[in-house]
Amino acid sequence: MATTQTKQSKSRQAVMYPLDWLEERSGLVGGLRYFLFRKVPGDSSWWHTLGSATLTAFLVQLVTGVILAMYYKPDPQNAHASVENITHNLWGGWLVRGMHRWGASVFIILMFMHMGRVFLFGAYKYPRELNWIVGVLILATGLFEGLTGYLLPFDQTAYWATVVAVNINGTAPFVGPWLASVLRGGAEIGPDTLARFYSIHMLLIPGALIGLIGFHLYLVVRLGVSSPPWSKDAAELGPDIEPEPQPPRSGLVQPAPRAAGVRRRPSE
Amino acid sequence: MEDPRGEDQQPQLPSPSLWPVGFAVGIVCLLVGLVVSWWVAALGAALALIFGFLWAREVTTGREATPGPPPDGAVPAHEGEGAMPPATPGERFPRNKFLEGATLGLGALIGAIVTLPALGFALMPSFLKQKAHKVDLGPLSDFEENKWQVVTFIRDPAQGEISRRTAFIRNNGLLNGQPSVTVISNRCAHVGCPVQPGGPVFQKQEKTVKTRNGDVNITPVLPAAGFICPCHGGTYDQEGNRIAGPPVRGLDRYEFDIVDGRLVLGNLYSVAKVEGAGKAARIEKAELQGPGQHVDGPESWLYPLQPPH
Repeated sequence: MATTQTKQSKSRQAVMYPLDWLEERSGLVGGLRYFLFRKVPGDSSWWHTLGSATLTAFLVQLVTGVILAMYYKPDPQNAHASVENITHNLWGGWLVRGMHRWGASVFIILMFMHMGRVFLFGAYKYPRELNWIVGVLILATGLFEGLTGYLLPFDQTAYWATVVAVNINGTAPFVGPWLASVLRGGAEIGPDTLARFYSIHMLLIPGALIGLIGFHLYLVVRLGVSSPPWSKDAAELGPDIEPEPQPPRSGLVQPAPRAAGVRRRPSE
Repeated sequence: MEDPRGEDQQPQLPSPSLWPVGFAVGIVCLLVGLVVSWWVAALGAALALIFGFLWAREVTTGREATPGPPPDGAVPAHEGEGAMPPATPGERFPRNKFLEGATLGLGALIGAIVTLPALGFALMPSFLKQKAHKVDLGPLSDFEENKWQVVTFIRDPAQGEISRRTAFIRNNGLLNGQPSVTVISNRCAHVGCPVQPGGPVFQKQEKTVKTRNGDVNITPVLPAAGFICPCHGGTYDQEGNRIAGPPVRGLDRYEFDIVDGRLVLGNLYSVAKVEGAGKAARIEKAELQGPGQHVDGPESWLYPLQPPH
């Protein structure tokens, strides 16, 4: 008995020591705990998981995209052949490309479902309006991912869909023709267009998306999750907030107290 | 004052010394000499040896004597009065403000120096050096008079097959002693899909002409119903005038030239209206616009400036 206990405590030590080491120097363990074990309304439901599902879909796109980039060749002579090679010759290529291709649709659909949930639950209301705006930016950049990624297989569908998409951009008043030229990298769709779309698709927009999603999550953690509209708990809390007296605005140097005006549960 | 950490707990810092600099110069000389010349390497090795020896000797001879007691009357830093009066809350010293401004200003300057060229590199090539392409389509005698041909050609040999374009060409015969040719681009004026001839394409009579622009494919066609776009149903007559569907104008045309009896295509231009047909057609020419952009009427005011193309 005694030996099992010592063994247990020893193995526990072996696990905890590196974690403690990490925690003491970075605070990461506490930060992760703060993120994962924060309080949410007791009546939040499966509907509230759509955001996490969207995030998961995005991470799948990120991972599969990075691996596809190892085999894809973004120039007109080789692009389609390399996609064929990924699909038919390379081990597991059909699966990873399939995940990326269908996962793109999953990501977009989940974004819209998450958006619908937030809209129908009224979760975009004060103090979460900014997060709605950030979400809309994520939607727009996500759709731009879809547009730029669609050209990359470089078959007839990809080519003509891009011709149409660029020309639709070109009909925007005043700036349209210039926008279309920037998208094409010139007056006509050429080799530069493919490389440019590839760069935008795998570097520029994912970078922007990661930043926006990070900010989105930060706001979720800071402001908390909203109750569903039928929540009895939330109804008992009474009117949303008594606006706390705000100190005079003093700018970045002396910010206003944290999370002023955010609803607090009576238990806290 | 005694250090609370005790004598042996104080950090052992070497005294400042110039010898390491000489040693580093010697090592650099040695490495450069390995590439450049043996005597530079030898010089470097000698320098490194000498300065390394001096450095090592200094480090091992122990620390310099500790500084003596402070002169009479000096007050330790943590006693006595401050040299400046304490700041009132919210007060900032001019140096503080200056340093903040300098940090932000220099940061912005460095950021601009890095960002602006990169941004220009990303955007400017889209507009500069958009040269016109002359495309040699071979002898005009390959184009039977008053017959339509579907012609595909490489517009920019440097770009290869991706620049292959399609035009519908009809040799109208002579007009006032000059050859007249109708050259209509196949790009729909709606959103740029490839329009198809409304009639049979005689695939078996296709011929290939080799020119300095690469292979030119010429196939006879009978576009009895004009030209029709498969994407959204835009319909044009044989002169490229819009008949039906979403296009906002007629089909674009190519400028052409006859050089030594060969048909040479030039720039594209947009067409506001074509009256008449064949060699008698009167074409109202306009600057090339992208598909979906009006070239006449009030809507054309939305597109006052076109990028170079």
